[in-house]
Amino acid sequence: MKRFYKSVAAGLIGATAIAAGVAFAAYPEKTISYIIAFGPGGESDISARLQEPYFKKLTGQTVAIQYKAGAGGAAAWSQINSAPGDGYTIIGTNLPHIVLQPLQKDVGYKTADLANVYWFHYTPDAIIVAADSPYKSLEDLVAAAKKAPGTLTFSGSGTNSANHLAQQRFDKLAGIKSTYIPAKGTGASNTALLGKHVAGAYSYSTVGTQLGAQVRCLAIALEKRHSALPDCPTFKEKGYALVSGAYRGIAVPNTTPKALQQTISDLIGKINKEPAFIKSMEEKGFAMIDVGLADMPAFMAERQKEYEAIARDMGIMKK
Amino acid sequence: MMPGIEFLLAALAPFNILLAVAGVVAGTVIGALPGLTATMAIAVLIPFTFGMRPESALIALGAIYTGAIYGGAYSAILLNTPGTPSAIATTFDGYPMAKRGDGDLAITLACIASVTGGLVGAMFLLMFAPPLARFALAFGPVEYFWLAVFGLTLIASLSEGSMLKGFVGGAVGLLLGTVGVAEVGGDIRYVGSFNELLGGIDVVAALIGLYCVPVLIDLVATPDPHLKLTQEVKGYRLREAASISWRSKFNLARSSVIGTLVGILPGAGGSIASLVAYSEARRVAKDPGRFGKGEPDGVIATESSNNATVGGGFIPTLVLGIPGTPADAVILGALLVQGIRTGPTLFGAQSQIVYTFIYGLLIATILMLPIGLVIGRYAFKSIVAIPKATLVPSVALLTVIGSYAVHNNASEVQQMVTLGVFGWVAGRFGYTASPIVLGLILGTIAESGFVQGYLIGNARGQPVAEFFTRPISLGIIAFIALGLLYPLFTARLRARDNANE
Repeated sequence: MKRFYKSVAAGLIGATAIAAGVAFAAYPEKTISYIIAFGPGGESDISARLQEPYFKKLTGQTVAIQYKAGAGGAAAWSQINSAPGDGYTIIGTNLPHIVLQPLQKDVGYKTADLANVYWFHYTPDAIIVAADSPYKSLEDLVAAAKKAPGTLTFSGSGTNSANHLAQQRFDKLAGIKSTYIPAKGTGASNTALLGKHVAGAYSYSTVGTQLGAQVRCLAIALEKRHSALPDCPTFKEKGYALVSGAYRGIAVPNTTPKALQQTISDLIGKINKEPAFIKSMEEKGFAMIDVGLADMPAFMAERQKEYEAIARDMGIMKK
Repeated sequence: MMPGIEFLLAALAPFNILLAVAGVVAGTVIGALPGLTATMAIAVLIPFTFGMRPESALIALGAIYTGAIYGGAYSAILLNTPGTPSAIATTFDGYPMAKRGDGDLAITLACIASVTGGLVGAMFLLMFAPPLARFALAFGPVEYFWLAVFGLTLIASLSEGSMLKGFVGGAVGLLLGTVGVAEVGGDIRYVGSFNELLGGIDVVAALIGLYCVPVLIDLVATPDPHLKLTQEVKGYRLREAASISWRSKFNLARSSVIGTLVGILPGAGGSIASLVAYSEARRVAKDPGRFGKGEPDGVIATESSNNATVGGGFIPTLVLGIPGTPADAVILGALLVQGIRTGPTLFGAQSQIVYTFIYGLLIATILMLPIGLVIGRYAFKSIVAIPKATLVPSVALLTVIGSYAVHNNASEVQQMVTLGVFGWVAGRFGYTASPIVLGLILGTIAESGFVQGYLIGNARGQPVAEFFTRPISLGIIAFIALGLLYPLFTARLRARDNANE
């Protein structure tokens, strides 16, 4: 009897796999829900909006972008695995958020629970000052910080966020001590920066392009200079090994079959190869990357190690 | 300084007028539904604007925005539930007016005030945007802290009956505002084993729960009809409303300017603007005791100021690329997707987009007068005519949809219901909703302002002086002192006058 059940079960699994295989051939057949774990108007939303027309162009199907903001993204990420794994629900995920949040506290999901299929871009960290700031270069800034430790203030979005991490890492690399002023989001951080309530801001390349001539970018955490910010040197040029930022990608419910995950990963990868898409992303200060399903385990393991080390230094690890 | 007529003509293109009308109608209806806010209305309708030219898209979004802020007044007046957070203070006098049979008058007044405020805000945007944006930047964390404290002092004047109960309510609100991951510092507070609370208590969910649920429970618990039916149908009562508005022209002008200025401050928004305008209207009134009991000037103050934040909020959004209100953040994102870079250059190189939009916003605001009157009349008639057995379940359903729709999150529906029951019980003991909501909204602003100001001051080696030496801070502190001491002063005068007689 037991064997009978076993063979039925095996048969069922096989049948599902075949049915699923047939289904993938035509995927997608209807609108895909694309969940954004933040409110509208932020980098996650903007990059998803830029992807949107290419879903239609490449598959003939549309995506419906939905916002599910809360708890810095955790509200949406902790619930994604209860959605059906049929490929019609995908969600934007962010690094370092999905590593740091579970390290700090119980947020209802673990990093490994999220089935990331692709990382498609990142916003490199950047130090930005007001256009008329006395600090003309990164050297000026470091010299000022060395002269009076702790007096230089930098705004940034949120506590224990990508901006905060960048500040901590650069302080360590440069051997300086600065004061981080966490603001409620990028908009508030920019207000403090433009109003000169702080000496500068730890922010992203996208902010540098968006604020344009009102600000000066002193350093950007990229391997090479960004095409949209040609006057902004990299940290590497200045002798600091800082290449970092906030990565944005796509995950699916972890019940989604591996073959379907591959299909979705390939689709996002194809969009990432569209020249017009790359152009519109780079103009806004985004930097493209391509981490597909195959490279995912190695990439995530590396990030996990990197962020864990910083989290330990900052003393924010869960006890 | 006044930009050219060609932009006005561009804004008058039939397609743009059509967008303005459609936007105002859609915005008013969405804003009127409790819980569906202006920000949400814009977020939902944004994809429709992607195919349009940037100036047309902006006109559509601006029209939706201004319509939604006005629409929030309907449910505030007729159901004692602010349709959007901007309309909180409209409940103070709007609902008492509706209770005594003047709901139609209150709605017409709200329409006139909203149009006036909207026009003032848009005119400021048209003429003084770049210099005013610099004013916004002068507000640092310390100024926001004092502004929030100023808002909190309103609790004293809002407390009907017992001031002590008002303070208790405010304290409860402040505590509720600390729940979740701290904005600054990242500590986890009062979450217990409920992970759903990590994001904190949502303001909109709290608003719906604390205001709307008690009204619904009371409707079911008492046999009286919801609102008194006036004997004869009085029409729009437009003439009456217009003459009241004309009498209150100084109040209208003052509140509109307050709304514009507060709207310019990123992170303040319509709820604070309307509270500040309300308290100022009350402070200078001949008989402040009538406020809170159905005083038309209360509705005029709140509705003109909150619509003025629309134009005001666009100033930092367009000039600096910093959103003035949450709704502006959504619009800014839409502009970025369209490839429009906001910032000082927008007023130079791309002035055609900006000025066509501003004229479009002015046109949409003017169109709001006829559209608002008609929709308002319809809303009033249906709320009065619908039997309670239909009204209560429909509104109850709306509260659930509204609180879910904020973030598409079911746990916020639970927050709404829990706070609603709590609010009803507290109401039985004389604790009203407004101090609690004020504490919740202003507490988080005060906290992050305080902590950031302290951190910045500390880095400069003067944490205390930071709060008491900046000129704008001193100005706000003076207003706080004035607001707190003025009633004592007038009471003293009055007592002396009485003694002399």
